[in-house]
Amino acid sequence: MRVTLKVWRQEGPTTAGRFDTHQLDDISAEMSFLEMLDVLNERLITAGEEPVAFDSDCREGICGTCGLMINGRAHGPAKATATCQLHMRKFRDGDEIVIEPWRAAAFPVVRDLVVDRAPLDAVIEAGGYISADTGGAPDGNLIPVPKAVADAAMDAAACIGCGACVAACPNGAGQLFTSAKLQHLNLLPQGQAQRLDRTVDMVETMEAFFGSCTNYGECQEACPKEISIDFIAYMNRDYVKAKMRNRKLVGQRFP
Amino acid sequence: MALQLDAKAPTGPIQDAWDKHRFDMKLVNPNNKRKFEILVVGSGLAGAAGAASLAQLGYKVKVFTFHDSPRRAHSIAAQGGINAAKNYKNDGDSVFRLFYDTVKGGDFRAREANVYRLAQVSVEIIDQCVAQGVPFAREYGGLLDNRSFGGAQVSRTFYARGQTGQQLLLGAYQALMEQVAKGTVELFPKTEMLDVVTKDGRACGIVTRNLQTGSIEAHSGHAVLLCTGGYSNVFYLSTNAMNCNVTAAWRAHRKGAAFANPCYTQIHPTCIPASDEFQSKLTLMSESLRNDGRIWVPQNPDDTRPAHQIPEGERDYFLERRYPAFGNLVPRDIASRAAKREVDTGHGVGPLKNGVYLDFGEAIERLGADIVKDRYDNLFEMYDRITDESPYRTPMRIYPAPHYTMGGLWVDYNLMTTVPGLYALGEANFSDHGANRLGASALMQGLADGYFVIPYTVGDYLSGLLGQPAVPVNDPVFHEAQAEVTGEVNRWLSVRGTHSVDHYHRELGKLMWDYCGMARNQAGLEKALSEIPALREEFRKDVRVLGTGETINQSLEKVARVDDFFELGELMCRDALHREESCGGHFREEHQTEEGEARRDDEHFAYAAGWEWKGPGQPQDLNREPLEFEYVHLTQRSYK
Repeated sequence: MRVTLKVWRQEGPTTAGRFDTHQLDDISAEMSFLEMLDVLNERLITAGEEPVAFDSDCREGICGTCGLMINGRAHGPAKATATCQLHMRKFRDGDEIVIEPWRAAAFPVVRDLVVDRAPLDAVIEAGGYISADTGGAPDGNLIPVPKAVADAAMDAAACIGCGACVAACPNGAGQLFTSAKLQHLNLLPQGQAQRLDRTVDMVETMEAFFGSCTNYGECQEACPKEISIDFIAYMNRDYVKAKMRNRKLVGQRFP
Repeated sequence: MALQLDAKAPTGPIQDAWDKHRFDMKLVNPNNKRKFEILVVGSGLAGAAGAASLAQLGYKVKVFTFHDSPRRAHSIAAQGGINAAKNYKNDGDSVFRLFYDTVKGGDFRAREANVYRLAQVSVEIIDQCVAQGVPFAREYGGLLDNRSFGGAQVSRTFYARGQTGQQLLLGAYQALMEQVAKGTVELFPKTEMLDVVTKDGRACGIVTRNLQTGSIEAHSGHAVLLCTGGYSNVFYLSTNAMNCNVTAAWRAHRKGAAFANPCYTQIHPTCIPASDEFQSKLTLMSESLRNDGRIWVPQNPDDTRPAHQIPEGERDYFLERRYPAFGNLVPRDIASRAAKREVDTGHGVGPLKNGVYLDFGEAIERLGADIVKDRYDNLFEMYDRITDESPYRTPMRIYPAPHYTMGGLWVDYNLMTTVPGLYALGEANFSDHGANRLGASALMQGLADGYFVIPYTVGDYLSGLLGQPAVPVNDPVFHEAQAEVTGEVNRWLSVRGTHSVDHYHRELGKLMWDYCGMARNQAGLEKALSEIPALREEFRKDVRVLGTGETINQSLEKVARVDDFFELGELMCRDALHREESCGGHFREEHQTEEGEARRDDEHFAYAAGWEWKGPGQPQDLNREPLEFEYVHLTQRSYK
């Protein structure tokens, strides 16, 4: 295959960026997208030019390290596919491919295609956990978790934290990421004790970094794990509840 | 002077050993814990679990990871599950059986006391993870589901779809982030450890490089925990993530920590075969697929028909034929070698004839597509994305690939290396898996080390340091180490050779795979031992690292890792050459039975080989930790 790449190059966080154009003539359709970039980098090194910096690690779509805007779409044209799982067979011979870093105010560019996603960790730090210090946990089967609940929690927990939802959102909102972690924990019986505080803390930390959600739904489209925007609705419900309820009464089934 | 590999394993009945040991170890008073600083390198299962647990106890903890977030450590990619001797299925499991299976599965090259402890704490791990909100698979009644996995005859594997490692790591990561929020853990992302610092024979800190700014920094602590994973990437192509490396462990080795059993590498039987020369990594397909998939090749090597046109009678289900009792569920090393034999004899399938079929046709007929979908859909989708073929319609093609390394830094029962104050946890240590790891045991070991072993054992060491402040970072030992690392960085940048780092990594990987891969022999290993140093010298003179050290420079990150892989690769070959037997993942062609199975030599090789660094370019010295088997009697493994 022949492809023409327009790649974003930027030396540092404060320097101006530019698009460089490269032509690759002998790309195999079996290659992954990142292997195609590896080939580009090999060529650049041979030519004495600095290779393009881009993040990737597991290359099997689970670590969430990689993430590129490909022709304006987060993770490129394939549905439910992280950049590293995208293969060149999804493109046509002769295509021009524009490659940019994640576009979001919360994720400043560090170099070339690498961005800083620290705000995602900050949201988890704010409350994305169940406090259960090591030791002293009761038997795993003590509290049955209905299968439907466990499955829904797993659907939310499948988030890989890549940030595509933020990059795809016209507002740069972090709702899908935040709600996925919230609902993973809020759906489970083990997560109930901290549910209300967790919701307030995570939502408010999210608001400090990211834009607002106006229900475009682009996040769900871009998500490589197909996390549903239903979780955002659950999060909003929990947030309202958390603001209204008397914490002292939440142990009661019928307050 | 030779190193003493004193395992410090407790004596007496093995069932009580860990309890007794815990009682015998000294404690650190809660008010004193905050006076101790612990450096944790790596944030995978072992690192995140250990750091969180130690911070909960009150220690001051610093965590270093080269990722942008601790959640991205490669534990995240484990698919299949985690073993625990819960016996929820009432099918005859017990702590003793898990212990027995692990020692036997490891081909009798692990330390019994460690393995017993691992089996004991496996039960607590599940409880801990459930309490943290790990969404394990559940049955309709809401209880935890289990499956049989990777050669086990009981169902003791807990799982979260095909993403068990992800969910366990997120549980540990979340516990870690809670401690970060509390200020008990200080997190250093995008920070790579490049040296261990010792003073008066004890580990007192590390030197790191910030991967974004290039700054070389010193950090001091009372203890250093290396939780930095395995070294399968020495083969270039492996199922490990692109950035997995041996550097932290290797730098520790160079500072005096013995490196044990480096030749014990696990080649995982179910990976997607390479498709072309640009392949950057191999993708594993969970071993759980072998529960329902049947492995076969065409009987006729020249058969070019698509799989579905080959009638039953002309297929060779070679695992079922050769191992009727275990069939497709034989342990990994056996399944891998059997596949290699088929491909080597020309029976391989696919365009490059480099794989064997893993067929779900019969399972779909027996169980229905819905159940198969429920069990394996995410794996099937993943396979489809990579190969553009649907396993619902055509059999998968699989081939073995390097996946896990049982070798690593030698540690005693307390997980301490031969350098006092320096510990190794998880895959980075030489592990409880002997010469072969059973499926779903890596996650168990990483979490056991992190949650339930190190919190006790590190206290015993620290209690002896009470009243001693950490060595300050302006001490000359830190200055020297920083200067050395700075010099190394500048040296790589000034080579300005002709070939990329990846070029040399690929060349090294090829040598390692050909001569120190799934099967080894004397001639091949000797050849590798003469070629690796030559290639390394060429690499050092000719590698091209462009750019500067003051910004993200991914070639610069890689070059030091590959340099360490060269030295490690040489040691692997030397270890493989000296071990004149076949055991587990180490198969020496000279040592096999008439049926082609591994032949151990317990009389001469029932020991862990701990190699001791003797300086650059010098061969390491061999030290031996004899292994005794009191509870699991030495037998030839048979899965027939």
